[in-house]
Amino acid sequence: MANRIDSTFARLKDEGKAGFVAYVSGGDPTIEKSLEVLRALERAGADVIEVGVPFSDPLADGVVNQMAAQRALEAGATMPKVLELVREFRSQSEVPVVLFTYLNPVYTYGFEAFHHEAAAAGADGVLLLDLPPDEGSRNAELHELPDLKHIRLIAPTTPESRIETLCKASEGFIYYVSREGVTGAQTELSSGIEAQVAAIKRHTDLPVAVGFGISTPEQAAQVAKAADAVVVGSAIVKVVEQNASSPELAAKVEAFVKPLVQAAKSV
Amino acid sequence: MSDSTTTEMQMPATAPVLPDAGGHFGSYGGMFVPETLMAALTELTEEYERAKVDPAFQLELEQLLHDYVGRPTPLYFAERWTEKLGGAKIFLKREDLLHTGAHKINNALGQILLAKRLGKKRIIAETGAGQHGVATATVAARFGMECVVYMGAVDMERQALNVTRMRLLGAEVRAVTAGQATLKEAVNEAMRDWVTNVRTTHYILGSALGSHPYPMMVRDFHRVIGIEARLQILEREERLPDLLVACVGGGSNSIGLFHPFLKDAGVRMIGVEAGGHGIRTGEHAARFQGGKLGVLQGTKTWLLADDDGQIQLTHSVSAGLDYAAVGPEHAYLKEQGRVEYTYATDDEALDGFQELSHVEGIIPALESSHALAEVKKQAPKMSKDDIIICNLSGRGDKDVEQAAKYIFGESGKKES
Repeated sequence: MANRIDSTFARLKDEGKAGFVAYVSGGDPTIEKSLEVLRALERAGADVIEVGVPFSDPLADGVVNQMAAQRALEAGATMPKVLELVREFRSQSEVPVVLFTYLNPVYTYGFEAFHHEAAAAGADGVLLLDLPPDEGSRNAELHELPDLKHIRLIAPTTPESRIETLCKASEGFIYYVSREGVTGAQTELSSGIEAQVAAIKRHTDLPVAVGFGISTPEQAAQVAKAADAVVVGSAIVKVVEQNASSPELAAKVEAFVKPLVQAAKSV
Repeated sequence: MSDSTTTEMQMPATAPVLPDAGGHFGSYGGMFVPETLMAALTELTEEYERAKVDPAFQLELEQLLHDYVGRPTPLYFAERWTEKLGGAKIFLKREDLLHTGAHKINNALGQILLAKRLGKKRIIAETGAGQHGVATATVAARFGMECVVYMGAVDMERQALNVTRMRLLGAEVRAVTAGQATLKEAVNEAMRDWVTNVRTTHYILGSALGSHPYPMMVRDFHRVIGIEARLQILEREERLPDLLVACVGGGSNSIGLFHPFLKDAGVRMIGVEAGGHGIRTGEHAARFQGGKLGVLQGTKTWLLADDDGQIQLTHSVSAGLDYAAVGPEHAYLKEQGRVEYTYATDDEALDGFQELSHVEGIIPALESSHALAEVKKQAPKMSKDDIIICNLSGRGDKDVEQAAKYIFGESGKKES
């Protein structure tokens, strides 16, 4: 069976539309509510869903995502529970799921076991923020198995020579970080996205998703012109935070994400 | 300092062979960082490699260490304490006498010279006890650079004096309230700042931990401690010491003392972690006692984490040792069996703190007091001809108020 990430991007290409990648922290505010949030993201039209496996020290994330991870951990989220969340979601959905996390929870769980069990639960890819391909290839215990697609970040500061290396090590899609900094909403998008996406495309045929800092439909539309997909994370996480105890949580998330998806697909 | 010593410092007799080009000490260390930091770390590594072999850089560093920082520090024979313990001769390497009061400035100075070479105008740092923050604020003032220091809100309270010192030196101290609000959270915030401002900013990391090149670079800037101590003891006693003792938080003062002696097979070395309220209580920062292998803040090493890989809360009376991970070279040296690692509890450290104050008229830092506690255990078991060198990594002025609460107050528990 073809990987859901590949088939989704193939479909988007046929449609001539940009994809929409939504990020939320798994288990935020609770595992049960998190499942409703994931389903709301699908209803809103997300093409790919990134589920954060919460980690106590998310140094590549901004404060919004850090607080989300903290809420999830306080509500009892663990790796097995997040995998169970993915399994539940997968039982009713074919939307690709990418697990987005840091190495230590995965390392502690067991790198190989994580690959097998995440795939068995229905995850399609993984993005380990603090595992560069250089480290993965020199540690036998960090050997990446084909069960999951390995998505990698490229930053505005990444030099051309390294872009090539990262492209070669990437699967599924490339995640281009559209500005310097941690995850989180910002009001102005970095310039030069188009040029950077083009620089990446010189080295790979993989789709390029652009994220970090997109929070409005206008920004989503702007990025969709230059990229194969638009990633929105912290802005959605903020909506989860603001409605964590509301019975309307899922509806609010859906209402927030829908216009972003539509904007991304309008160009 | 004599000319021969100067030459020795420039070209250490035992040139460090580890880490490898990727920052690995055996299976430890490395560069486990998000891609957003990779370019800055690579730039820093390359510039450091150039500076290391640049005589002009080494000369400037050496002159400032001598004239501004106050090197070399004395190797002091603690005669009364030796008599009291009734065993080995105890020598204290007096890093507490350095400008700003601790060994931390060796590294801060080295790194700000690098920042200057890199054309960076803004300096950031994390701090636990505040000593590294003070050292960084000091050199930033000396070189006219903007300085922001991240410090856990809990640490700001227990090290209020150092907060004031940093502000006097012109630094901005930013409180970090996330998580446990101590050193680990301050490192996270500093890294976030760096990721955001990487083109203008150099991050002066304060211990031999984090991603490559920091564990190597910080070690190299502190090797001067061991290089001096080795020469001083050879000059005075005409032989090498039998035992080296130093406290281990991230592990910078200890690696600085130990490293130049690693090839001296007869020299035993003990690193002392913070045992807090005791290992069984779970309230400690003894990574080698109650920890496991993992990856935190850029490096693979021993750390305190739960069964799900979440980093655990730590406790120590000393803010400078209150950290969940240990420097990767220490993990390697433990695996090799070259250095032994033990721990001292809060109470043992406080006992050492008072004893040195009473017997030698030296108020030590609470961090260094952990090493003193181990000397108290080891010295009586050794012969009178044996020699111990203990690194007195900092002075205790900053700790007087905190220690008084424990010693004279009833509180034996950490403040919340």
